[in-house]
Amino acid sequence: MYGFETVAVTIVATLVFAVLAPIVGCLLAGLDRKISARMQGRVGPPLLQPYYDVRKLMGKENASVNGSEGVYVTCAFVFTLLAGGVFFAGGNLLLSVFLITLSALFFIMAAYCTRSPYAEVGAARETLQVMSYEPMVLLMAVGYFIAAGTFDTAGVFSLDAPVVCTIWGVLIGFLFVLTIKLRKSPFDISMSHHAHQEIVRGVTTEMSGPTLAKVEVMHWCENVLFLAWTALFFVWGNPISLVVAVVVALLVYFLEIFIDNNFARVKWQAMLKGAWIVALVFGGVNIAVLAFI
Amino acid sequence: MSYATKSPWVIHYDASSCNGCDIEVLAALCPGYDVERFGIINTGNPKHADIFLVTGSVNERNIHVVKEIYDQMLEPKVVIACGICACSGGIFHDCYNVIGGVDQAIPVDVYAPGCAVRPEAIIDAVVQGLGILEEKAKALDAKKKEGE
Repeated sequence: MYGFETVAVTIVATLVFAVLAPIVGCLLAGLDRKISARMQGRVGPPLLQPYYDVRKLMGKENASVNGSEGVYVTCAFVFTLLAGGVFFAGGNLLLSVFLITLSALFFIMAAYCTRSPYAEVGAARETLQVMSYEPMVLLMAVGYFIAAGTFDTAGVFSLDAPVVCTIWGVLIGFLFVLTIKLRKSPFDISMSHHAHQEIVRGVTTEMSGPTLAKVEVMHWCENVLFLAWTALFFVWGNPISLVVAVVVALLVYFLEIFIDNNFARVKWQAMLKGAWIVALVFGGVNIAVLAFI
Repeated sequence: MSYATKSPWVIHYDASSCNGCDIEVLAALCPGYDVERFGIINTGNPKHADIFLVTGSVNERNIHVVKEIYDQMLEPKVVIACGICACSGGIFHDCYNVIGGVDQAIPVDVYAPGCAVRPEAIIDAVVQGLGILEEKAKALDAKKKEGE
């Protein structure tokens, strides 16, 4: 079923994703900071500020606490790109989900391997975040399978109506955990964008210079992919649906920025319970209804 | 302008300040002055920071901390002494435990006097520090190329 052609398409898509996602993600991050600043009554940095930040980090002195940290971060980055490639090649959504999880695990390893107490606190919290969002993300893939009849993302183009019509409960559940995945308050427990909310700097405490630049770019790519997962709910056979999907993704991103600016960080217990309850109530019930009725 | 000057991330350490200068440093970072316009972000992590803002004089107890933070910061980096105590020891200069200004512990690039130092003076000092940061970034680039 999956031959050489699939592999070739995935590789090409990964390369295209590796070029385009950082550009889109960088602009989104810039927009985020600009909108956040306006919400707080400030002017805010230039739109390209995230780009300047990363260029500066790349120019910094190259130092790290050990040899393996950089390797783990690179692995996390590569698997994020692969996950994007699989998704945009029309490939298996479940595989894309698993690749992102693998990337998250490498990121956690990168923090743990430094043996820094602050990074370890961040890594432990990141693990809790993965625990919180993973059930819902898996339910999202399962729900997609039930609604579209296939795990392949290319399957949406042969549908008469977007999958959101049948799995809107799954979408609500997924939007809840999207806040965790985008590292937005109230669930930015392992690594906050905002200063003074953090024990030193969470997962990235020991990362610096070019390694930190890699983490930033990886985060941009992740954001693009997660918004694309959301957009997938709104695509069907009609080409106009692609425009609808992009608009919905942007609206969702705006909603996340709004939430980010209006909620203080919660304790991890609240995040874990909240995410699991929402996953069960919205995702679980939605899927159970579709599966048994 | 190089990228080093377009996103100066700041770390702030209160050596033995009376908190007057600390409040002014934080005031400069608040929406009123909105230094994020210039890409300035307050980080809590020396490994991420480019500019080291020190308030208060250096004494026997904290000189190791000041040195440690400075050592953990990666090149190119700039040190700004905020307030007269950080510049020279100020009114505490002859206290039995006070060593003097921050320059007794680490090399200081810009001095911003005042008691307390005004937010405008801090912003001016940071802007002046950016010039030095750019020079240091260029020197680092040249060194990197030499290494290759």
